Amino acid sequence: MTKIWKAFVVVVCATVLAMPAQAQKKYGPGVSDTEIKIGQTMAYSGPASSYGALGKVQAAYFKMINEQGGINGRKINFISLDDAFSPPKTVEGVRRLIEQENVLALFGMIGTASNAAVHRYVNSKKIPHLFITSGATKWNDPKDFPWTLPFYPSYHSEAVIYAKHILATKPGAKIAVLFQNDDYGKDYLKGFKEGLGAKANMIVAEASYELSDPTVDSQIISLKASGADVLVQFILNKAAAQAIRKVHDLGWRPTRYLSSTSTSIAAVLKPAGIDKAVGIYSLAWYKDPVAKQWENDPWLKEHQAFMKKYLPQDDATQSTYVPGVLIAQTMVQVLKACGDELTRENVLKQATTLKDLQFPGLLPGIKLNTSPADYAMLHALQMVQFDGTQWARQGELMSVK
Amino acid sequence: MASDYESVAAVILPAGSSVAAKAPSSLRSRAALAALLIAACALPFVLQNYHIFQATMVLVYAVALLGLNLLTGYNGQISLGHGAFYAIGAYAAAILMDRFGVPYWLSVPAAGACCLAVGFLFGLPALKLEGLYLALATFALGMALPQLLKYKHLEAWTGGVGGLVLTKPEAPFALPLDPDQWLYLFVLAVTVLMFVVARNLLHGSVGRAMIAIRDQAMAAETMGINNALCKSLTFGVSAMYTGVAGALGAIVVQFVAPESFTIFLSITLLVGVVVGGLASIPGALYGAVFIQFIPNIAEKISKAAPWAIYGVILIALMFVMPTGVAGAIRAVRARFA
Repeated sequence: MTKIWKAFVVVVCATVLAMPAQAQKKYGPGVSDTEIKIGQTMAYSGPASSYGALGKVQAAYFKMINEQGGINGRKINFISLDDAFSPPKTVEGVRRLIEQENVLALFGMIGTASNAAVHRYVNSKKIPHLFITSGATKWNDPKDFPWTLPFYPSYHSEAVIYAKHILATKPGAKIAVLFQNDDYGKDYLKGFKEGLGAKANMIVAEASYELSDPTVDSQIISLKASGADVLVQFILNKAAAQAIRKVHDLGWRPTRYLSSTSTSIAAVLKPAGIDKAVGIYSLAWYKDPVAKQWENDPWLKEHQAFMKKYLPQDDATQSTYVPGVLIAQTMVQVLKACGDELTRENVLKQATTLKDLQFPGLLPGIKLNTSPADYAMLHALQMVQFDGTQWARQGELMSVK
Repeated sequence: MASDYESVAAVILPAGSSVAAKAPSSLRSRAALAALLIAACALPFVLQNYHIFQATMVLVYAVALLGLNLLTGYNGQISLGHGAFYAIGAYAAAILMDRFGVPYWLSVPAAGACCLAVGFLFGLPALKLEGLYLALATFALGMALPQLLKYKHLEAWTGGVGGLVLTKPEAPFALPLDPDQWLYLFVLAVTVLMFVVARNLLHGSVGRAMIAIRDQAMAAETMGINNALCKSLTFGVSAMYTGVAGALGAIVVQFVAPESFTIFLSITLLVGVVVGGLASIPGALYGAVFIQFIPNIAEKISKAAPWAIYGVILIALMFVMPTGVAGAIRAVRARFA
């Protein structure tokens, strides 16, 4: 009996002594003492391939972090799969990332329709689905989809701001709307109509296009024929470039609004024709590398040096790289905050408790804040108007939900 | 009797044409089949989740290829648009499950019935077309369908570009199985059923009529076979098989969208049928393994040009095994018999 009692005491002591050591390091899937595996699907090919720049710059940023020693001594193993902005490919890629590669978390995935295809799946598997490059309303749903967080500001709120701006500056306007015929465009349209409220009948024409359509010329022609004097465009890069050019070439001069996802000077305005884009309104939340106001900003020098070192072949003036870096920086911050407890639950906890996080690439005054009740990351936007060389700021920051 | 038919067929039919699938008459082949079945049942308990998923997709493609093989291999009608029937089956099941709350096990036969009707109706006007012209007509169907699925006025049903997301079924009667394992076993059961039905079909008079039409349509007509009815029925049954595969595929992937079913799927199915072996029931399984795994292997070999590697492998296979994998196995067996 004494022998058994002694053995029991030894076992209990051993367990008690071992426990603190174990409590210090808790690893979820994809984590070891030397690496953290995270993954995403990104549109490197297909109709939205200009957004592939986001994934590219994120890979470069993680390379820089790894060269600087990694996160708490662990290197980031970043797996980015091409989904050509096509939902079925996203499903396939995400399945592979979760079931074959066993990543710790997904982040920065692009596309409203693409993310919607895996929304239910990742939540049922309890995978952190962080910082989606999309502002659709459905991502901010902590109750039903607690593992999914948006990064981009809410499309709904953005459209409401455009609506209110029209009501304030052009109350008798006739509005034409061009929107992408999927969850992205429809989310914007819904917000726009709600923003107009009782005056939704100011919309005299609506036209939609498919992302896979080669041009939007026929839609622009039919919108012009409606006699509208305000054109609101909820479209992605490729269609935006075509629309800007067509509107100008038709001799139509409406007051134009363009969704914030498609304002890149290098990817959209230059191909369309810089002079054709003068006067377009949009909303911004990050700094544009070609803007005069940031010419002497230390952020610009750092950004240019980073681009020169890690992506020397690419156009450092392209604004798409800036939000990519911001998302990567936020992810690094979350992983750092996890310390040695790198489980999926803790990653989610850290991601949903960001307080006043500021990065130099964000517009001054804009901070990142999340809470378990409200997953929206960005709570303020800046109205901008293109003046021929840059997106010039108009007025003060506007708060959004 | 089977052997009588074979001796008569050997005289009448031109040399080299494959005869109806031989019944596994020997004890050895029966034992082999049983062993295969047992191994297939044991698979989900040995493999990891993702590999179970891949194995389930192999079974799904095998059923689809069996359908296409019935049409192309046994009946000689080329179809470059069978992806369309796969899509119709997938969407039929998805809409029934998502919009009408039909349980998944009921949506599969319902999708099959729907595709049987659609296939038969497509087969009727296709009677006027032969060879290349039929290939073009089916190609047109395969091209048109993804765009039809994106059609604005059907969006309430089809979910438009974003498609429909389905929930994974759980194991019934509280069996201690993962959803992945249960789904594999469910798909396995359906696959075995479809294979057995195909085998019985091909062994009966309908199967012989199909093969006769393929080899000598005019002679078949003079022998009293109703060519028109047989060809349309074959189209219908073939579409039903591929539709059932589509429905199973939709449940396994838990997602349908127009872009999942492009013309490339139709061509992939045709590739699978040829590589597996035309007019061969086990050929459907070999072809399914090819189309599920070779693209992944090609991507591992070369990240920059995976489809070029895929093409090289395909061409190499065609040189080494011109009658497909099933044909090669048959030749090897004959050599060592």
